[in-house]
Amino acid sequence: MTAMPKAVGRLIDGLSRLPGIGPKTASRLTYYLLRAGQGEAEALAEAMLSLHQETVLCSVCCNISEADPCAVCGDQQRSQETICVVEEPLDVVAIENTGSYKGVYHVLHGHISPMERIGPDELRIQQLVKRLERGSVTEVIVATNPTLEGDATAIYLARLVQPLGIRVTRLALGLPRGGDLEYADRMTLAEAIAGRRQI
Amino acid sequence: MPRPRVYRTEAVVLRQQDYGEADRILTLLTPGGKRTVLARGIRRPTSRRAGHLGLFHRAEVMLAQGRQLDIVTQAESLDAHEGLWHDLLRFTYASYAAELVDLFLPEEEENPAVYDLLTLALEAFASEDDLRLWARYFELSLLQLAGFHPEFFQCVNCGATIEPGPNRFDVTQGGLLCPRCGPEVAGARTVSLGTQKVLRYLASHDREAIAQLGIRDATHREMEELLHAFLQYTLERELKSTAFLRRLRSELSMYEKGRGA
Repeated sequence: MTAMPKAVGRLIDGLSRLPGIGPKTASRLTYYLLRAGQGEAEALAEAMLSLHQETVLCSVCCNISEADPCAVCGDQQRSQETICVVEEPLDVVAIENTGSYKGVYHVLHGHISPMERIGPDELRIQQLVKRLERGSVTEVIVATNPTLEGDATAIYLARLVQPLGIRVTRLALGLPRGGDLEYADRMTLAEAIAGRRQI
Repeated sequence: MPRPRVYRTEAVVLRQQDYGEADRILTLLTPGGKRTVLARGIRRPTSRRAGHLGLFHRAEVMLAQGRQLDIVTQAESLDAHEGLWHDLLRFTYASYAAELVDLFLPEEEENPAVYDLLTLALEAFASEDDLRLWARYFELSLLQLAGFHPEFFQCVNCGATIEPGPNRFDVTQGGLLCPRCGPEVAGARTVSLGTQKVLRYLASHDREAIAQLGIRDATHREMEELLHAFLQYTLERELKSTAFLRRLRSELSMYEKGRGA
């Protein structure tokens, strides 16, 4: 027999289904919302409801946006000749925050992972090929994560895109700002040496 | 024996899953068994451990006992298996090996021989030419270490010594059937002489001897079909990376002919 009200149990159950949140964290969050008052809980519930109601998948770049096409694809000031391919919508946000890229994007929604049975068909690769076949793109920047799966995805894309006569590039690899040379692994250091630039 | 609070071990990263803000949950294979550990902050670009704990890296790690999961406190890469990074097919074979080990080995069961086998397989997939050969060697060796080794030297039905001839393979009994028993077992599949010979060789020779083998494409196909059917029966499921491998190979066949395709 539990002393927990049903509504509390239901929210704990719901929250603990979220990635990275276990039952303990879910309980803490639930009791925080109880203490914080109805207003905060309502605002959160509303935000969660509008998540699906007010977002669409851009039919051009497959990013999640408010309108179709999204603000980036619809922006005439941006170059349509360069497509930056990323794994997740959050990667678009990260690159946009740099303010140094003026092309458009394509979101794959994942990376190739044989162990998870995620292959090219499970990613938005066909949509990318269709975009490229329209003919105005001259460069595809593959900005998948510098991981084994990210590299595998990049290799697959390069094999697919290069025969179309389009330049395929990969984001530079090397040392992170604020990093420490002493702790760099061999592969990263080797890539940093190979990709060195004149000052 | 209980583990010390902080301990050092060699490990191969079998699986990884993003967790929290910048953490990752790693499934490590160590000589002391399979362990699920937490690598804090590893997804940050400035992480000192990120480059040392990528998928399939072999690394020396320092682990501290945590409340639920042990925590990675230090890591030093020993082998990143660079050959896997630039080749989709090699990467897929490595994924297959990792998936098999993950399925066969229960959490925390000490098995240094499986660890040695996986490190050998990853090295082979990163550098050798005949990837299918190493995949078969890996499957047979892992089956042996896990206690499911198929029998190629004695009839699994009557115990008679297997002689070169029209022997069949029975997936359910896990081995060859002599020409007398074979036709009486429903579902037993015929196996060519060449395939029988190579399977017996793979099951009884070491790495150096196997590296010298040259195998015909038809034998490769038959061996793969047979062992995959046996693995699927033993594990009672289809492996995720096998399906992917088949699809990838059909796409890459024109590029990769003669290697693992």
